[in-house]
Amino acid sequence: MTDRTIPLRLEINGRSHALEVEPRVTLLDALREQAGLTGTKKGCDQGQCGACTVHVNGVRVLACLTLAAQVEGRSITTIEGLGESELHPVQAAFLEQDAFQCGYCTPGQIMSAVACIREGHAGSDDEIREYMSGNLCRCGAYPNIVAAVRQVAEAMR
Amino acid sequence: MRNFTYLRVGSVEEARRALGQAGATLLAGGTTLLDLAKCGVAEPETVVDITHLSGLDAIVFDATGVTIGALAKMSTVAADRGIREQFPAISESLWQAASAQLRNMATIGGNLMQRTRCPYFRDPVAFPACNKRAPGSGCAAIGGATRHHAVLGTSEACIATNPGDLAVALVAFGAEILLGERRIAADDFFLLPGSTPQREHAIAPGEIITAIRIPASAAARRSTYLKVRDRQSYEFAAASAAVGLALEADGRTIRDIRVALGGIATKPWRAHAVEAALKGQKLSREAIDHAARLATEGAVIHGDNRYKTCLTPRVIARAIINLKLRGIA
Repeated sequence: MTDRTIPLRLEINGRSHALEVEPRVTLLDALREQAGLTGTKKGCDQGQCGACTVHVNGVRVLACLTLAAQVEGRSITTIEGLGESELHPVQAAFLEQDAFQCGYCTPGQIMSAVACIREGHAGSDDEIREYMSGNLCRCGAYPNIVAAVRQVAEAMR
Repeated sequence: MRNFTYLRVGSVEEARRALGQAGATLLAGGTTLLDLAKCGVAEPETVVDITHLSGLDAIVFDATGVTIGALAKMSTVAADRGIREQFPAISESLWQAASAQLRNMATIGGNLMQRTRCPYFRDPVAFPACNKRAPGSGCAAIGGATRHHAVLGTSEACIATNPGDLAVALVAFGAEILLGERRIAADDFFLLPGSTPQREHAIAPGEIITAIRIPASAAARRSTYLKVRDRQSYEFAAASAAVGLALEADGRTIRDIRVALGGIATKPWRAHAVEAALKGQKLSREAIDHAARLATEGAVIHGDNRYKTCLTPRVIARAIINLKLRGIA
């Protein structure tokens, strides 16, 4: 039973990846273990912390609760695909605002923040807190994360 | 998580046929299924992926209400202009649920099929006894840590809380669940645990939720969803209320009122006694408080959840007052 695998072709950060995975493999594990993209982090692995946030067709989702097989034919963006030659404005703002301590939740925070701003859900600090609530930071860098999101949102207005 | 066979289907008919196999289960947003598979609670043999079906995610308004396709995402429905205008409580119940990421994944149909977050149900290794998971094995929650367990609709077999928010609003406004040709009232779709807590929904094997129908009404148009919880966001309800209110032309007499409750019962809980006590009455703080107290009559307390009987009437009263303050009732 465990030797059942399926061939998959995933489009990650604009590149096509041919993978051979068991059906139960999540997008998170496929990214980290098969595609060699370890920027997406495994925190709780059960949809409670947001560390594995990626974009599928431009929409933020949790890679730990998404099967790799499910997203065949969709366009996947990870933290590695945000800014390849220079930092994405949200990455730069996180540095500027010191929006992290240990950094483990940061890729998920940044992927979530990019989507949050694009969705138009960064209009006030309250709205940013509400729409970033799916990304936990156990170091407690929340005020700085809100500041970073606000900075980019304001710059884009 | 045990391995399984993955099957991507191209039509509802194909999905129905695939569901006929033993151990087959539907995969929509995956936010409950994969979570429970990792906990060892769900052990599917075959996962039938319906996320690539087209045409099942439309939101269609007509003269008497709205029909929402089962594969519409929570985030899409929450943001829909028509839903926000005609059914504000539906929109509010959705955006106050889960997180932005989960709402982008989870579907409306799957949302109704989500399972309880009872920690005893979710941990088969530490707590073998669970009548919902293993019928007849007992209930580890009774006598355990019960702060989040239900006070209404419980039985000796199960006190697990239904975790839904949307479902509460659907029950309040008389929505129907469409299972292909068959339709069933949302209130009847969710089952009380009784002696068979393993059966949570009135859905037969092989049936698939295809859409939700919500009838338009004056009460639904003037409605709100108030959710009180241990943290401000991304948390299940300690107590919640979907409330809709329609007043007579005098602006004071209650013509229609709908109240349904979440976070306190084993299924989304329509508070008929509260509605009956307020209908035809003049809207006043006294009338509201008096009626709201009826919501938890007959509550059965288990240890740590007594606060819910105190909190619930206040949540109902606050929701009604919020409607009045907003000037939309």
